[in-house]
Amino acid sequence: MFGTYDVPDQRNLLDQTRQGIIGKPLDRPEAALKVTGTATYAAEYRPENCAEGVLVTATIAQGRVLHLHRDEVLSMPGVLGIFADKRMLRRPAQGTAGQAPVQDVREVEYYGQPVALVVAESFEQASHAAKALRIDYAPEGDVPFDAGKAEYESGQKPVILGDLDEAMASAAHSVDLTYTTEGHASAAMEPHASIAAWQGDVLTLWGSFQMISHNVKELADSLRISPRNVRIISPYVGGGFGSKLGISHDAIAAAIAARELGRPVRVVLTRQQVFDTIMRRSETRQRLRLAADASGRLTGLGHEAWVSNLPGEKFAEPVTQATEFLYGGENRKLAVNVARISRLTSGSVRAPGEAVGMQVLEAAMDELAEKAGLDPIELRKRNLPASQPGKDRPYSSRMLVEALDQGARAFGWDARKPRPCMRREGEWWLGMGVASAARVNMLRPASARVRLEADGSLLVQSDQTDIGTGSYAILGQIAGEMLGVPITRVRVELGDSSLPSGAGSGGSFGASSTGSAVFRACEAIRDRLAHRLGIPVEALELRDGIASGQGRSRPVTELLQGEALEQVGRIKPGKTQMDYAQASYGAFFCEVAVNAFTGETRMRRMLGAFGFGRVLNAKTARSQCLGGMVWGIGAALTEEQSFDLRDGRLLNHDLAQYHVPCHADVPALEVILLEERDAPASPLQAKGVGELAICGAAGAVANAIYNACGVRMRSFPMTPDRLIAQLPDPIARAAD
Amino acid sequence: MRAFSYDRASAVADAAGAEARLIAGGTNLLDLMKLEVELPTRLLDINHVGLDQITEVEGGLRLGALLRNADCAADQRVRRDYPLLARAILAGASPQLRNRATTGGNLCQRTRCGYFMRLGTRCNKREPGSGCDAIDGSNREHAIFGVSPACIATYPGDMAVALAALDASVEITGSRGGRSIPLRGFHRLPGDDPSRDNVLEPGEIITSVTLPPPVGGRQVYRKVRDRASFAFALVSVAAIIDIQSGRISRADLAFGGVAHKPWHDPEVEQALLGEVPSPVLFARAADLLVAKAKGQGENDFKIPLLRRSLIAVLAEATGV
Amino acid sequence: MPPTPPARFKVNGTPVQYGGDPRRSLLDFLRDELSLYGTKKGCDHGQCGACTVIVDGRRINSCLTLAVMQDGCQITTVEGLGSDDDLSPLQRAFIAHDGFQCGYCTPGQICSASAMIAELAEGWPSHVSDDLLSVLPTDEELRERMSGNLCRCGAYSNIIAAIRDVMPVAG
Repeated sequence: MFGTYDVPDQRNLLDQTRQGIIGKPLDRPEAALKVTGTATYAAEYRPENCAEGVLVTATIAQGRVLHLHRDEVLSMPGVLGIFADKRMLRRPAQGTAGQAPVQDVREVEYYGQPVALVVAESFEQASHAAKALRIDYAPEGDVPFDAGKAEYESGQKPVILGDLDEAMASAAHSVDLTYTTEGHASAAMEPHASIAAWQGDVLTLWGSFQMISHNVKELADSLRISPRNVRIISPYVGGGFGSKLGISHDAIAAAIAARELGRPVRVVLTRQQVFDTIMRRSETRQRLRLAADASGRLTGLGHEAWVSNLPGEKFAEPVTQATEFLYGGENRKLAVNVARISRLTSGSVRAPGEAVGMQVLEAAMDELAEKAGLDPIELRKRNLPASQPGKDRPYSSRMLVEALDQGARAFGWDARKPRPCMRREGEWWLGMGVASAARVNMLRPASARVRLEADGSLLVQSDQTDIGTGSYAILGQIAGEMLGVPITRVRVELGDSSLPSGAGSGGSFGASSTGSAVFRACEAIRDRLAHRLGIPVEALELRDGIASGQGRSRPVTELLQGEALEQVGRIKPGKTQMDYAQASYGAFFCEVAVNAFTGETRMRRMLGAFGFGRVLNAKTARSQCLGGMVWGIGAALTEEQSFDLRDGRLLNHDLAQYHVPCHADVPALEVILLEERDAPASPLQAKGVGELAICGAAGAVANAIYNACGVRMRSFPMTPDRLIAQLPDPIARAAD
Repeated sequence: MRAFSYDRASAVADAAGAEARLIAGGTNLLDLMKLEVELPTRLLDINHVGLDQITEVEGGLRLGALLRNADCAADQRVRRDYPLLARAILAGASPQLRNRATTGGNLCQRTRCGYFMRLGTRCNKREPGSGCDAIDGSNREHAIFGVSPACIATYPGDMAVALAALDASVEITGSRGGRSIPLRGFHRLPGDDPSRDNVLEPGEIITSVTLPPPVGGRQVYRKVRDRASFAFALVSVAAIIDIQSGRISRADLAFGGVAHKPWHDPEVEQALLGEVPSPVLFARAADLLVAKAKGQGENDFKIPLLRRSLIAVLAEATGV
Repeated sequence: MPPTPPARFKVNGTPVQYGGDPRRSLLDFLRDELSLYGTKKGCDHGQCGACTVIVDGRRINSCLTLAVMQDGCQITTVEGLGSDDDLSPLQRAFIAHDGFQCGYCTPGQICSASAMIAELAEGWPSHVSDDLLSVLPTDEELRERMSGNLCRCGAYSNIIAAIRDVMPVAG
């Protein structure tokens, strides 16, 4: 019972339990803390005598640090120490690394890399001292800064089926298109922060993390200490989006300095440092080849991507991840190639792969639909295979048709004009677009402890994090539902490495994985309660603290006889993960206005319909979808990292110049949650939702822009400069 | 931030002629001090010296140098008689910043060139004589008019663009007395000394900005940017257009995001005056405007974007 | 260096005094000296709005003003708007509409919104007002006026719904 998930759990137990809270749109239990500003984030713990550390970053792109002019800085007011240790991180850790990333800051691999830490009594003293530290470098190295000048290597095993070239040549309808997307930043609102304090050999680190059990190992390995001597506390995390999957520079620097100085040290990255050093989503170039027969059925599908990363990094933006299973086409070529360049590390940024892969696939599908003379929804429906191409495994569940149909109805897709440039309001062209959403589903190893207290209340514990995703809410709902405890009597403790290891927050797997661990712990407790009541567990009904079944009924507190029942539940991915193609699905609909003069695009309306298995909390799930759609708007219209090609430095490294969408960019978004049960995905019949609503969204926007003004955008984000390059001149030159 | 001494001024007289750096709203100065692009050793807080009112003078309005941008845009007289100014202010920054930013400080705000704002780059504005990394670098935000081999930065503000179209004047006082200069002459082109953004001499302080008596016509401020709000202009257009007997009788124009100062081109205005408004006329004026523009590579798009924006504004203002 | 003239001001009604390192921002003073950690540091450069507080009735970025500059001011932080057992209507509405996810931008959104509602009541215009002299509190107006507060989790629709809930019914 505590092993791997090998057989789909078809019981749908959460549909038979009677507490009636699973799936309900309950408020987050931590909500009052967040709206009053009393939830405590990493930088906000104040151990006695805490010193302040500020990182110093490189002003060369590649080379060696020859000399730090320490004396000039050590004599400055308040300065306590300068650290440039070989254990300090050169790169942040990738998600699920579980071991030290590239260390030793005496070498520089990209512009803006941390090379030292200055610690002082106050933040102001440390900030100035960090800027004042003069460093002599030996610039050397020949890694190019621009992917255009780099050599590519294969980033993942390509998928090659049949003969794509032949399929293209003999297709009734085909498109062969190349797209580009620019780099993205996670830009979580809370900058990375660590406070390190040692008691003997034991390190306590208050930090901002997504995957604590991995982060403990990364910290311990980087510091060459035992993981048993590392305690991480991270109950509230101000956003992650991939950037806090692995540990970053602040954690190790704080730990080293705190050890050396014999007092706690706080290190908070500046906003600019977060941009310069943490993680970027690689820019991409993508070639899409779609071949279809006369009826619009795909016969060939090519999706090749070119991305970039630092030398030695295994991560290559998995651009074609959803293309592998979403649509048919027996002749296939899917490949990701990675260029080795000197820019900050690329890694997971919310929905790695699909976020940029799906938007491009869905834009290309729109072009194919036009060529085939089909409504874009109809084209998609015609190309949903019965089993995953090339792997011949069934889909665990797939609500794509329902999403397209229900979304179309709710949005009013009927009103879409079949051709561009048919709706105009003053200066603005109006148009509608659609796209599919798809994101792989994953189950990850997780454990959680559930304790049914003698007084009948519940305590759920895991090192699972809540980065805004709703972990506190849904884990409590699962436990309360399973054990018949009102939600007001359920307490959830998270984000502490001393608790059982949850899956962490990443890859949309946190809720279903750690939720399954909670579920299994509760199952074991249900067994014991049923036994004490003297009935088979199948007959047990738990509600509001009463256990009943087969004509018996007793308060749970009586069954407990003054003692708590405690159980650790565990889950690991098993055969169901291999036997089924598992993904969450959905559809986007949007209406945009494009200014015929200036090329500005404004989102008028946007709707998403999503199916991701059981909805565990309709309020937090909807919020996850809203957030994803906002990211989709950003990818479509505003977000773009700008690098200096001479040294690889990120130029727009702040929130004024890197444009995440603001309130004014986002209309009232609509979300439809499609209930379904996906038994192969998890015993909860739930799948991931945290990333789904980005995956394809920007494609819908591109398609709407075409429908509005007749311009096919193949370069993202679709900023005014890119639009006007193709928009017809509203008034031809006077001289003409 | 480098250490500095701090003091509060209680009267304008304390501030004029002071060697200390003046701080009012602080929204740009503190930003740059944290980056150590600005390194004052003495800071004089002038938030308590008054100069924060709007007074009526000679048919126009005098805006105190310490008037907050938000108060200026909310003033009934400004909204009624100078909607261009209200619109320009409201197009800039965020409500929080506008609540602090002042008339004088806004005029003195510095470029947002990414190289200027980053130590470890060559920038003649920050470090005279060091060179300009923007010219061959990433220059999507940069100027298309009036650049020099030393600097291609833009003046980033919106309010001053409206003030240029309105032909406002700037009152300045210093240890050697006061003077008034047209706003159109307040900001400088970079030339060979980009470290100087404007014509203020050491020890001089802006005391007010004076708006001439209100004029008739339609007033339009159009700002094109990368997101719908809270972003600097790619280009902006300020226009006051009046039509008498079917012909354009007033065409006061200024352009933002395109030069080291609010850009003003009398030739373009002249080309419109006395003419019957029409798309062809607008295109001719816009062509005339951009004929003098020169892109730097990444910002080449600003030339057609400015052209299109001016045409759109003229169409909006004339109803053609 | 000459001594710094101390600043005496009130935070959430409580008198405080600051005469230390003049470099200290109001934000860092609130957080690290008064332990009012509800005011968040998101960018430290006035670009995100997470540090929004209300000074003399006006919302400002507390990262872009110095503690010593607050002499005579009345400052309200999120902690002054309501507490766990005495939530303000706006805080309640944020909870009901899930106007946040990670919670980091939330205090800034709430401080900003409460001042914004007052600005609207005074008839202040905005960039999107059709008529500068007569302003209607449309959703578009609310969005424009809240644009100084970024939310990377993307809770914007819910934030506007929450604000709408507590607005006086009008327009």
